[in-house]
Amino acid sequence: MKPGRTFAAIISIALVAGLMAGCGGTTPNGSQSETGKITVVGSTSVGPYMDELSKLFMGKNPGISINVEQVGSGQGIAATKDGSADIGMSSRELKDEEKPLNEYKLCLDGIAIVVHPDNPVSNLTKEQVKKIYLGEITNWKDVGGNDAPINLYTREASSGTRGAFEELVLGKDAAGKQITIDETICAAVLNSTGNLGASVGNDKNAIGYMSLGIVPEYIVKAIKFNGVDATPENVKNKTYALQRPFLLLTKNEPTGIVKDFLDFCLSSDEAKAYLESQKLIIE
Amino acid sequence: MKQGTARWRMNDKVIRSLLFVCAAISVVAVLLITVMIFVEAFPALKETGVWDFIAGTKWKPTDTPPQFGILPMIVGSVYVTGLALLFGLPIGMATSIFMAEIAPPKVAVVLRRAIEILAGIPSVVYGFFGLMMVVPIVQTLGGTGMSVLTASIILAVMILPTIVSVSEAALRAVPAEYKEGSLALGASHWQTIVRVQVPAAKSGILAATVLGIGRAVGETMAVILVAGNIPVIPESILKAVRTMTVNIVLEMGYVQPGSLHYSALFATGAVLFVFIMLLNFSIRALTKTRGEKQKNAKKH
Repeated sequence: MKPGRTFAAIISIALVAGLMAGCGGTTPNGSQSETGKITVVGSTSVGPYMDELSKLFMGKNPGISINVEQVGSGQGIAATKDGSADIGMSSRELKDEEKPLNEYKLCLDGIAIVVHPDNPVSNLTKEQVKKIYLGEITNWKDVGGNDAPINLYTREASSGTRGAFEELVLGKDAAGKQITIDETICAAVLNSTGNLGASVGNDKNAIGYMSLGIVPEYIVKAIKFNGVDATPENVKNKTYALQRPFLLLTKNEPTGIVKDFLDFCLSSDEAKAYLESQKLIIE
Repeated sequence: MKQGTARWRMNDKVIRSLLFVCAAISVVAVLLITVMIFVEAFPALKETGVWDFIAGTKWKPTDTPPQFGILPMIVGSVYVTGLALLFGLPIGMATSIFMAEIAPPKVAVVLRRAIEILAGIPSVVYGFFGLMMVVPIVQTLGGTGMSVLTASIILAVMILPTIVSVSEAALRAVPAEYKEGSLALGASHWQTIVRVQVPAAKSGILAATVLGIGRAVGETMAVILVAGNIPVIPESILKAVRTMTVNIVLEMGYVQPGSLHYSALFATGAVLFVFIMLLNFSIRALTKTRGEKQKNAKKH
């Protein structure tokens, strides 16, 4: 009889405690100073980082709600222009016809071309990388390496790094359509930098690409692109071409909570630490 | 004392309803998940058409216009699972016969513990082991080492615990009279195993196989690391392959929620769901016939 009772008591206590914990969440927080909504619209590459930064900001300012919509740089720029977005996100420089907007550089993103450490090839031009990823060059000897097939490694279709690689290296076709990687000619499609790094390090004939900041963590060789070393310094001084800026945009001079949030993203130590932890390069 | 009994009854009621609520949670979860998968899958299936989605051979989700055909993934799942069974089933069967019939009790206990540990290893560890140890070995046979063969080898090891434990239980459940009868008629131990024990445990062994298939079809983490994940029907077992589960996990990370691509990943999940449901029904059909047979046997 006694154990039964104890069991029932424990369950009721647990249930009551659960209910009380549930109520705790709805207690209004009286300490907030600002309230309002911010809409951030744009690039799917910048979006995940801004999403994380907005969570950090909202954690400190419970009255503010920030909505990050990831729809692409072009749409983000358009939404900033017509005023439907408070802040726009772009993962490329603005075209002349898209200006003028207030531009704020969040950070830079560099992409390294990586091969197996034993691969004698140490430099590739943009044209060579493009031909390799389109399947037009399929042997390392055609780019100054060993007589061996080139095994292509790529990230998955929804990856931001892959999108940037396709944009920067493959470019657009005659009709203005973005050229994409044909996965069926690749050796492997991998869904994380870690997996890609390990796989390229395993395969003597591999070529892959990954965020430049993270290369030292893997046993791979980052080769020169157009003769320039893949280093953060060369990204900062613009000599390394496989890079793009992450821009935040506003239509007018920012004020109020939009300004507070921009200041947080661009100059707070917390935001800097987060972006650096994501291997992005801050100028 | 009467008061005590009344109280006990109260407690009984409370606990009974608590248990009912807990039991209901799993039913509700199944319903919610089913509805969610099919609701999310609907836009892609409508856009592509169910037949074109299942029989289409081109998966190009980021092209304009996108193409969603998952035949390479369906074939990939079947290839990898089939080959894993080809490797895993004979080894698993042999192990279970050894444990149930031949091994001394102490040895059987050690084996059982080892297999329990095998079952407890997280699948990502299997995958990492495969990437670091099996891929370089398969590489020496040609190709990159990320292939149907590599994935099947890893899966064969992963389905061993399921096959061994279920078929061992089935072998042990064979009534002792069968064995005694066979031995009494002068059959050797091995003849008894092959001609009497295994046939008598046939439906249990079949169930073990189906459970193993279920495990292999559903496995994701271990496969994603070693299969190469190319959305094309592999020409040989040394070529890369993408299974249905891998297709979902590979691209779910950064896909825009609500987009057609997102929906197409759920639609892949829906196809997989139907696949697994069919497997479950076949298990039930198998175990049912087994139960009926035993009932009939008792009647006679």
